[in-house]
Amino acid sequence: MLSILGVIFDGLAYGSLLFVISVGLSITLGLMGFNNLAHGVFAMAGGYLLVTLMSKAGIGFLPALPLVFVAVALGSLVLERTLYRPLYKSTPLIQVLLSVGIIFIATAGANFMFGSGQQPVTIPEWLTGQVSLMGLDLSRYRLFLMLVVAGITLGLIFGLERTRFGAKIRASVDNQRMAESMGIRVERVFQLTFALGSGLAGLGGALGVDVLGLDPNFAVKYLVYFLLVVVVGGPGSVLGTLLAALLLGVADVAGKYYVPQMGAFIIYAAMIILLLLFPHGLLGRRNAK
Amino acid sequence: MSETSAVAPRHLTFLRRLESWKPAEIAFWLALVGVYFAFPTSLVFASQILITGIFAMSLDIILGYAGIVTLGHAAFFGIGAYTAGLLAAHGWSDPFLGLLAAGVAAGIAGYLSSFLLSRGSDLTRLMITLGIGLLLFEVANSATDITGGVDGLQGVVIGKLFGIFSFGLYGRTAYLYVLGVAFLLFAFTRSMMLSPYGLALRSMRENKTRALAIGIPITRCLTDIYTIAAVIAGVAGALLTQTTQFVGIDVLSFQRSADLLVMLIIGGTATMYGGFIGAAAFLLVQNSLSDVNPQYWQFFLGILLIIMTLYLRGGILGGLGKLTGLFRSRRNKERP
Amino acid sequence: MNPILQTRDLWKAFGGLIVTKNVNLSLARGARHALIGPNGAGKTTLINQLTGVLRPSSGSVWLDGEEITRTAPNERVYRGLSRTFQINTLFPRLTPLEAVASAMCVRERSRLNIFKRRVLKVSRRSGLIDEAYALLQLLNLEKDCLAETHTLAYGKQRLLEMALALAAKPKVLLLDEPAAGVPEGESDELFEVLNNLPKDISILLIEHDMNLVFNFADRITVLVNGEELVTGTPAEIADDPRVREVYLGKGH
Repeated sequence: MLSILGVIFDGLAYGSLLFVISVGLSITLGLMGFNNLAHGVFAMAGGYLLVTLMSKAGIGFLPALPLVFVAVALGSLVLERTLYRPLYKSTPLIQVLLSVGIIFIATAGANFMFGSGQQPVTIPEWLTGQVSLMGLDLSRYRLFLMLVVAGITLGLIFGLERTRFGAKIRASVDNQRMAESMGIRVERVFQLTFALGSGLAGLGGALGVDVLGLDPNFAVKYLVYFLLVVVVGGPGSVLGTLLAALLLGVADVAGKYYVPQMGAFIIYAAMIILLLLFPHGLLGRRNAK
Repeated sequence: MSETSAVAPRHLTFLRRLESWKPAEIAFWLALVGVYFAFPTSLVFASQILITGIFAMSLDIILGYAGIVTLGHAAFFGIGAYTAGLLAAHGWSDPFLGLLAAGVAAGIAGYLSSFLLSRGSDLTRLMITLGIGLLLFEVANSATDITGGVDGLQGVVIGKLFGIFSFGLYGRTAYLYVLGVAFLLFAFTRSMMLSPYGLALRSMRENKTRALAIGIPITRCLTDIYTIAAVIAGVAGALLTQTTQFVGIDVLSFQRSADLLVMLIIGGTATMYGGFIGAAAFLLVQNSLSDVNPQYWQFFLGILLIIMTLYLRGGILGGLGKLTGLFRSRRNKERP
Repeated sequence: MNPILQTRDLWKAFGGLIVTKNVNLSLARGARHALIGPNGAGKTTLINQLTGVLRPSSGSVWLDGEEITRTAPNERVYRGLSRTFQINTLFPRLTPLEAVASAMCVRERSRLNIFKRRVLKVSRRSGLIDEAYALLQLLNLEKDCLAETHTLAYGKQRLLEMALALAAKPKVLLLDEPAAGVPEGESDELFEVLNNLPKDISILLIEHDMNLVFNFADRITVLVNGEELVTGTPAEIADDPRVREVYLGKGH
């Protein structure tokens, strides 16, 4: 019987996964305004890559994670150059269609290569089981997740606020034309940010195999969640995405636990309400392009 | 002075010619009648194509003419389907009553949800439409007493058409029924798009700021058109229920909304026929490919979408349209 | 003398930035009133508040004796307030004839019954088409009236910009830099069009082209940093040392 704190804890863990996967989408959406519905494909790729590395190449869980990050980041650059870049100035509809096409290919491909079932993953021994904290039994893996995500978040915030590259990103998100005229090569900034965001998504997907599950329908199944987090949090805002992700994570877990018949109903209703109250996201900014 | 009366009428006749029924259109509808005689064993499939075509046309109204991108249009299709189904399962089996009720129910839903669309960016709107569609799916999924849940609504009985023609196993009556309704809805939509109202919609699509600045009541128009599109989608859903005598929960699914979008893009938006062409192309190819291997179909669809978005804008009819457009502009140069 | 368009104590702030400071603008009936000022003075922001696209932070806007501060933009058009845009804001894939007809239809809304508005094809509205064509003729656009807008030359598009505003048969016309981007040679045509505008339309003109301003306007308001510096006849403005300072800097 999970107490409220337990539900919240689970929700936060779930939310942090959503954050890691979605933050890349938020930045790229805020930066280029590109409607990439296929962002979940990167997460899915990360998950499948992790499983393959562990089972076929015998690499351990922890060492495999950074490999997944780098591989997905590089792979995303290829996609960006060939498919996304020609359509930056295009209409939202066209962009949506392209990303739907990518989702279809990825789903069919995953089905073909890995079969349609859930992928099992063996997490290392020391991460299984529970830890007793403040009178609660908390899953070690989920705790590990939250710590990793907290670290990533701090890294992101530090990177954005303190480094020069981070300043360039912020400037480009705020006002692209202005940034260009100040000598910032927005296109290069975007490429690197895109790679970073996609890499993070891959990492999130790998970390999440145990919590979110992994099957060929992953990209579609969680599409709404990622978009939701980004739109509600406000495109372009890291903190907004974090807030939205944690909020929605807790809401979804609580909803499914306390009112299971309503299931996903709660989260969609919550999304609609939040979007109506905050049409530009909780912490979103309007971009001047 | 004399110039106005001499030249303007020429423009009028030119416009009239643009707006009149083209020979290709008449041929299209006659061909559809011909299908009844030429393919008597495939009429069930043909009805499906027509129904999907109507559904796609309703999406074209909001997407191609008013510029709203939605991933939740199946919501209205599903509402119409379930309304007609429930009505029939509880004794009111007259087909036209079912259509009417479905249209009204879907229309109300469309009207209400249109208010949710007036705020926020394109992406927010997309999300809201997506959310509404998914929400309705979950509701239908849980309310198994009413909807039959995943198993679907059983016991749908369809009465006789006009009290005379019964819906037989081969779908012959059904086909003519669907064709008739399709044509009526098409003619209605067509005249609406060619009217000043349609012109206002296109103005809105072309440039929202300017449309507002010349006095078009944007929000009211959006609400209007969204409601009308919902009504038509609802009627299409009802037709599906009536011709298959069953309502499956997939009528509300995201897959259906997404497929519809793809169909419309394949066929080409804002041409009135894009929906039908796209639906036909999509369903015909899907029929042949997914027998082989359902994943091949999905993969093929993905590749097609990528090629289309990168290279071919405007779909099949768009491509044809470009050709006739070239032809038309050459004739324009001969105008005074 | 009651003005046809008026702002009373109009203020607008974006966060801490004040863009419109206590503006009391009066447009007399039949006037040719120009609004000038350096870039960033808040001229377009003021226009946006007049048309209803922007809501003022405080103060009111009055059209022909009625307050329109809370009125929706499209309603203001119906009441007789039209505007043009500094950057061509047109309908790319509509033809000029369609665009002007569209603008004219809006005008008729309550007098037109549903059948005519929603079912009858545009081409059957021969009166409407004739009217639209006549307006295009007035602006020398009748030759291109059946070509899609995005194919027209820049100068023609600029004229169409004006045609769309005139189609609504406005009482008040707000022109936002009509000469923007128009090369030397073509500005004469534009000037002629401006001069030929019906005398019963009251015009507020934003412009940087001083030649145009001084030849066209009978009254000029200078706006600096969102605030009204001075209002007067062209002669008065030309002589005013403060105006010269604003444009040419101190010491001139």
